[in-house]
Amino acid sequence: MSLCHALASGMGGMRTSGDLVARMQLRKMRLPQAKRYVADKLGVVVDDLTDSTLMRELREELDIGVITGPPGLAKGIEAKVRIADLLGVPVNSVARLQRKTAGPASSMFRR
Amino acid sequence: MTSIRTCMGDGHRVELSLDELRRDLLAGSEDAARRAKIPPLDDTEIEWLADIFAYPGRIAGVQPGNEVVLTKDGCANTLYGSQVSSGVGVPLAREQGIRVFERALGFDTMEVGHPDYSFKPAKPLIALEQLTMEQAQLDCVIPLFYGAMPNMGLYFRPDGPFANPADLLPDGRIEEARTTQLEAAARLRDDMLYVAHGIADVGADGIDFDTTASAGDAEFLATLEAVGELAATTDLAIEVGMATELVLGFHGELSYAGTRLAGLWPHQQVAVVEAAGAHIFGPAVTTNTSRSSPWNVARACTFVKACSLAATIPVHANVGMGVGGVPTAEVQPSNVVTRAGVALVEIGRADGL
Repeated sequence: MSLCHALASGMGGMRTSGDLVARMQLRKMRLPQAKRYVADKLGVVVDDLTDSTLMRELREELDIGVITGPPGLAKGIEAKVRIADLLGVPVNSVARLQRKTAGPASSMFRR
Repeated sequence: MTSIRTCMGDGHRVELSLDELRRDLLAGSEDAARRAKIPPLDDTEIEWLADIFAYPGRIAGVQPGNEVVLTKDGCANTLYGSQVSSGVGVPLAREQGIRVFERALGFDTMEVGHPDYSFKPAKPLIALEQLTMEQAQLDCVIPLFYGAMPNMGLYFRPDGPFANPADLLPDGRIEEARTTQLEAAARLRDDMLYVAHGIADVGADGIDFDTTASAGDAEFLATLEAVGELAATTDLAIEVGMATELVLGFHGELSYAGTRLAGLWPHQQVAVVEAAGAHIFGPAVTTNTSRSSPWNVARACTFVKACSLAATIPVHANVGMGVGGVPTAEVQPSNVVTRAGVALVEIGRADGL
């Protein structure tokens, strides 16, 4: 049943931009506003948001996570750090990562 | 004469003529309008619904540009679960299931949830729930909720410590029935807050209160109070999904923010959920198994459209087994599931499913 809805009505998640639009709905944005916000941040038009070919290339260019598994691109929390920066919204797991890596750990990275 | 193949609300196949289809669509919409005192679907919307059901393809889809965000109650439990909730028994850990929904099925969001999917049994296992959420947050890109049902029924005897109002009400012990519901609601609220704060501590994106008010107005009140505190004290995005279209008044005299909870319909429920501080609202409309799917879908669209027009936050219509016009059947007919989703988006104006 879930697959039915994903195919018939869903934005496509990481195949396209569904996770990004979802993040704006988590900020109480209705769907049209959320789509416009994400499109503006990505520098595309709203119709592009569910274009899987265009979004696959754009997601790689922005390094915000892609649906397939190419080595070297941002994965998991790495991609979410970049998404939080791109969309200009806080992401709870990214904030936690920053707390966990503050202090001694972050100074070690700088060496 | 054109024959349209669809289903009854119990999933059994039925064939309708175009006239019968339009008759059922009108009747379903008028039933919702009469009950909730909301406008029925207009002629254009009824014809649009007729086109969706008359389309001869096995499955239907929204028009390009009308795609919506998907949230999912029950989470990856659907993959490893048993017959209950149409689980398919695949031997996958829930962490793997979440990745399957993200990577293979292209879902927009996903959840971590206890196999029982209720707050009460999740509470003693909070460390395990936190650990799963922590690891999933490291691995996943899509937003992750923690999902569970308030399920206040678990707090009454024989499953819980409080006297069962279903035993007291038939004896006319109204005040005792009300008192025990308030006691259970207070314990439920505390348990929900305990779990939710634990999940917030490990970086969850949100929390989904699913099947809310299944035990009536006292359960709804407990959930709204928990939502209010979480909205004020955490960064969680809060989704409130309902159990059915009408809040039942098992207590009957409870209010939140000046609104009596018993008897609220979806377009009124969303107002109190917004007042509590929630971020997404999920209206639910229960399927009538003795009516056709067109009747049920039109009825659900009428409720959801009124709700979407009244809302200021995103509306994610419930469209799983037995709600949103989807048949109450263990193995779902894809022709109706897809048409119900399309209808709730394009006519019900939902922001998501």
